[in-house]
Amino acid sequence: MSEPATTPADPRLAPSEKPQVAFWRDPEKRGYFFQALLFLVVAFLGYEAIANAVDNLTRQKMASGFGFLNQIAGFDINQTLISYSNTSTYGRAFFVGLFNTFLVAGLGIVLATLIGFSIGVARLSSNWLVAKLAAFYVEIVRNTPLLLQLLFWYFLLINMTPQPRDSVSLGLNTYLNNRGLFLPQPVLGNGFTAVLLTFVAGLIGAWLYRRRAHALQEATGQQSPVGLVSLGLIVGLPLAAFFAAGMPLSFNPPELGRFNIRGGVQVFPEFVALLTGLTIYTAAFIAENVRAGIQAVSKGQTEAAYALGMRPGPTLDLIIIPQAMRVIIPPLTNQYLNLTKNSTLAVAIGYPDLWQVFAGTVLNQTNQAIEVIAISMAVYLFLSITTSLAMNWYNSRKALVER
Amino acid sequence: MSDVFYIQKEPIARLPAPSSLVGPLAWARANLFSSPANAVLSIVTLVVAVWCTWKALDFLVLSAVFSGADREACLAKNGVEPGACWAFVRDRFSFFIYGFYPVAERWRVDIFFVLLAVGVVWLLWLKAPRRDLGLIYFLVVMPVASFLLLNGASFLGLKPVDTALWGGLMVTLVVSAVAIVVSLPLGVLLALGRRSQLPVIKFFSVLYIEFVRGVPLVGMLFMANVMLPLFLPGDVSVDKLLRAVVGISLFASAYMAEVVRAGLQALPKGQYEGAMAMGLGYWQMMRLIILPQALKVTIPNIVNNYVALFKDTSLLLIVGIFDFLKAIQTASIDPQWAVATASVTGYVFAALVYFAFCHGMARYARAMEARLNAAQKR
Repeated sequence: MSEPATTPADPRLAPSEKPQVAFWRDPEKRGYFFQALLFLVVAFLGYEAIANAVDNLTRQKMASGFGFLNQIAGFDINQTLISYSNTSTYGRAFFVGLFNTFLVAGLGIVLATLIGFSIGVARLSSNWLVAKLAAFYVEIVRNTPLLLQLLFWYFLLINMTPQPRDSVSLGLNTYLNNRGLFLPQPVLGNGFTAVLLTFVAGLIGAWLYRRRAHALQEATGQQSPVGLVSLGLIVGLPLAAFFAAGMPLSFNPPELGRFNIRGGVQVFPEFVALLTGLTIYTAAFIAENVRAGIQAVSKGQTEAAYALGMRPGPTLDLIIIPQAMRVIIPPLTNQYLNLTKNSTLAVAIGYPDLWQVFAGTVLNQTNQAIEVIAISMAVYLFLSITTSLAMNWYNSRKALVER
Repeated sequence: MSDVFYIQKEPIARLPAPSSLVGPLAWARANLFSSPANAVLSIVTLVVAVWCTWKALDFLVLSAVFSGADREACLAKNGVEPGACWAFVRDRFSFFIYGFYPVAERWRVDIFFVLLAVGVVWLLWLKAPRRDLGLIYFLVVMPVASFLLLNGASFLGLKPVDTALWGGLMVTLVVSAVAIVVSLPLGVLLALGRRSQLPVIKFFSVLYIEFVRGVPLVGMLFMANVMLPLFLPGDVSVDKLLRAVVGISLFASAYMAEVVRAGLQALPKGQYEGAMAMGLGYWQMMRLIILPQALKVTIPNIVNNYVALFKDTSLLLIVGIFDFLKAIQTASIDPQWAVATASVTGYVFAALVYFAFCHGMARYARAMEARLNAAQKR
């Protein structure tokens, strides 16, 4: 049924037909045209690129395909977390590099977070000297290239440390020389797995207890000693298990030889330099995020909490930090991603990370640029996309719900 | 009654505030020693800071070597280790700036520096005359003139100089300038594409932006270096420097797109609706209404993005471009200056130069931010 036509239609209100315009002025048709054009251009470029690549590859008689992953690599990698020798395959070398990247990125993220939060809080300190020093650190580090800092740390570690025979002892059987840092190697005895299992059990127990305490507080307002109980479960329980199992852990100390150090765990200077550089650089950026996050919580929140009779400690814990974290976490994950991507600068100082091993050595040996670069890029892309998906999920959970 | 009376004509001089509230002592009490814990913290930090400053001052100035012809000058004498080897920086200064650019042609690089400085000042100085011309100069005149100058043009009587000879700070500035000039328009287009209502355009924009932002810059440079030649017809060879510039510009555009998008999103919807109600088409609306406002509020972020871009140009070293950092590194492993303090001094010098550029840009961004915020204040 059409609309009732009781009153003479006001021409201004009448549903007008679509105005007659030339098709090249119709926004809808123009939209289709430009989209088709863009699609054709991209498709053409893609086709040209692939055709050229095929042409170039056949002309230069280069191999293609992923078969090379099963070939013998034939080169050594100094730092390996999984067993690897020069008779292993390229595929294995890929995983060695991948785990090295995870190692340096993981440690870097933990350290940068700790330092970054401390510096960020220090910048807001009421102590003038501390605040200025923190600001100085942030300014210097943020305004010089990471690569320069890496090269600098690496140079210092290589040139300002003594020869192996004059190794500096740092106590606790730890030595430092220009081949790196030598730590005692932990040797796990029987029953250490049980200790690890109690640790995991403690973590789960603490989490369950925290949930229960939270529910209890919601229901009755009664508070429980969550901190103490968690400490007992996470630290106390594994310690008790450790002693009960007869301390199944011993150390194999490094021994100072005439020309080199034998035994122990060798931490390579490349690793130390990369970790130091990434940590210090990223910490400065995290500090700025933390500062911005804390400042984003308006002063009225603190005042309101005080007016309700809360003490400074709980105010910080329950009012300021939860609100600041909402602002801090999204850029924080961005910094974590940056740190992971920046770990590719390992190429410049020779730390065997994914990029140096795979897109460096393997690419040079196999000459299969397209496959190697595609695999390497895919790894970083995968990390980025999973992180940002996780971030979106977190944001949607924590976003301010307004009424 | 006496007819002599007294009227105070001058106000009585104000008493100074009690010394417990003003002056250096009161300041120190409030800012350094407000509590016992703070006092301990202050003293410890002060001791550490003074010690570090003293060490740095001693190394960089007091026991530094300022003149000399080769490494002999910076070696230990009578068992005393000298400090920073500034003689090295002085000796190799022109190498740091020009790389292997022929000595006879270096005046051309100097003119390029002047052209660049003029363009930057023209655009950044808000009271400069004819800033619209400045934009044209920066985006068209300067790039063309610089290219002709640096690369050489036989019809102008300028001898061609191969890009393999370019080096040092000059390369860093050339690459940064190109990336800065290219990334802004590309970034604006990508940001508009990402917010477009046409699905195909939006899809390709999102794909490009997210891909580039998801991979490391080293990856982009490797791709430009190794894969670009494979994707081009066999007889086309692209200059190595150009490949790197393409890689870094494409990389910077994706980040610029996100910065611009934030500016576009910050505009109230009424601005779009108002422009459409006035009967403006898409491009008119963007050019006259949306972009001027959106770009204005994002200037601080754009400049901060340029800081990141400028720092990122140091990665050119990894793909074998002879940039500023590479020039310093090369000079310090040259046997003539092979001494540890020379390398350290070189790195310190590089840090100072990068810091000067980046800090200058960041300060400008902060000033712009304060200016924009001042307009918001009532």
